[in-house]
Amino acid sequence: MAVMKKTLGDYVFDIINTIFMWFMIIITLYPFIYVVMASLSTPKLFLAHTGLLFKPVGFSLESYEAVLRNPNIKIGYLNTLFVVIVGTFFNVIATSIGAYVLSRKGLFWKGPLMVVIVITMFVDGGLVPNYLLVQNLGLYNSRWALILPGLISTYNMIVMRTAFQGIPESLEESARIDGANDWTILFKVIIPLAIPTMAVISLFYAVSHWNSWFSAMIYLKDKTKYPLQLILRDIIVQSQVSDMTTMDSYMDRYAVSQTVKYATIMVATIPILCVYPFLQKYFVKGVMIGAVKG
Amino acid sequence: MAAKSITPSTASKNRKKSIGAMLKRDFIKYKGIYALAIPVLAYFILFKYVPLYGITIAFKNYVPTKGIFGSQWVGFEHFMRFFKSVYFKRTICNTLLISIYDVIFGFPAPIIFALLLNEVKNSVFKRTIQTITYLPHFISTVVIAGMIIDFTSQNGLINNIISLFGFERSDMLMRPELFRTIHIGSGIWQGVGWGSIIYLSALSSIDQEQYEAAYIDGANRWQQAYSITIPGIMPTITILFILKIGGLMSVGSEKILLLYSPVTYETADVISTFIYRKGLLDMDYSFSTAVGLFNSVINIILLTIANTLSRKVNETSLW
Repeated sequence: MAVMKKTLGDYVFDIINTIFMWFMIIITLYPFIYVVMASLSTPKLFLAHTGLLFKPVGFSLESYEAVLRNPNIKIGYLNTLFVVIVGTFFNVIATSIGAYVLSRKGLFWKGPLMVVIVITMFVDGGLVPNYLLVQNLGLYNSRWALILPGLISTYNMIVMRTAFQGIPESLEESARIDGANDWTILFKVIIPLAIPTMAVISLFYAVSHWNSWFSAMIYLKDKTKYPLQLILRDIIVQSQVSDMTTMDSYMDRYAVSQTVKYATIMVATIPILCVYPFLQKYFVKGVMIGAVKG
Repeated sequence: MAAKSITPSTASKNRKKSIGAMLKRDFIKYKGIYALAIPVLAYFILFKYVPLYGITIAFKNYVPTKGIFGSQWVGFEHFMRFFKSVYFKRTICNTLLISIYDVIFGFPAPIIFALLLNEVKNSVFKRTIQTITYLPHFISTVVIAGMIIDFTSQNGLINNIISLFGFERSDMLMRPELFRTIHIGSGIWQGVGWGSIIYLSALSSIDQEQYEAAYIDGANRWQQAYSITIPGIMPTITILFILKIGGLMSVGSEKILLLYSPVTYETADVISTFIYRKGLLDMDYSFSTAVGLFNSVINIILLTIANTLSRKVNETSLW
């Protein structure tokens, strides 16, 4: 490669650009740092503090104790784990079966089937018709209402189909000669060869289950079934912190309620922060798969 | 798009036989696959097509005890009620304004960020920036909304910062004139890194030799950016712009539901939040469905127009 000589303008640009990038890093990270520092602060001191935070004001784990004392947080975690694990499992099974059917060559009904499926990417029944369906199926106030309606994401299924189509037919043929049926071919031949795509799609499903709260809000009635995000909404958006504060005076309770919110944010976000650095490359890969297809 | 998948050889072989025999043969040959197709098809019919049938309640007076089929037809009554109500203008204006500001500020942000990031030559620094700026995308809407609420409150972080510069503290989420800024600003904060991925991948596929040739011809960095880089990512920009225009009338309800309050309805209430309130809180099922259908029809028209225009101007299109 020809060495491009840098002009003065290039140096100036590089310096400004580097400063801008540091600005981006700070502006992205600082809100999280502030939340961490606030959650570790002594409630009363934090309330009196104004300005930026670079270390906790005082130091206290009182807020975290209050969060962990709240039984709803634990229940929310368990409910979310159920939906993430069971939901993602069924999502992946159903999506790969659909992708397998659509990736087969020569099927006479495949054309019409594809049309029937692709249409659903552009038209949707909307909020009320979907709600009424869930009600009529008797899924109201059941955790399955958070899993079944979104069982297959058409977009994910088409991405997976593209991956399946890239697998050489000869492998499948030899399995068929050995007497394997379609079910065996899918799970013993196709899926093991498409592991990277399967991983990406599973992650997308899992993250969307973890972050979801709207369907839970409209479909669930019992608080004992609420996933973590809905519990969080009650605490940090609607300020329902009374379950966690045991102090007598109003000021004490108000002070704790502030830092408790930050501690709650931390408790709910730490799992994502822990797995994110390891999974980041898969997520990025997921965007690429979609882009190539598009 | 689907028709080409039938291979020519089987198609011509089968053409001579009657369609019935052909279908039968196809079915016997692929019975394992058809068996797998049945549950998938059943899912799509039950969870995607039954709700489409449910849209008919937009033209009926839906009464739960009579069901969707048994309820009385009323024609366009619910649509007329929406068009005549004060909410019609308010929700459409709010939806469009949020979308338009988002197109002006939110759409170019990841493009500019990707272009600048592409100029960072230190690969460790570049990867660090990417890892950090992608992170907010994975934080849930509830947590983001919670942070916004705390930061914009009277004693919150943002008020702490602006008071350093002499501005007055205020409860920002209670001020209707600030709602769009907060909504769009936080959206850019959360999405700019993640949104840049697709442009970075387009940038990395530009042939490096073009830059060398341009350099030899005496093009400076700006000229290279203008005549090689920008044209190189133009197809990606076009596709994403079509999608953006197609979505002008659909602003998601989730973040707004968490941030708005009756005080800010005048700027914050969009079509999707109105559909939610009317449908599930007031249980005005038919009316809410009618508003939703009206919105979907506009969305499909917008997407078609944007796609047609782009195909004519740019030879890039979704379909």
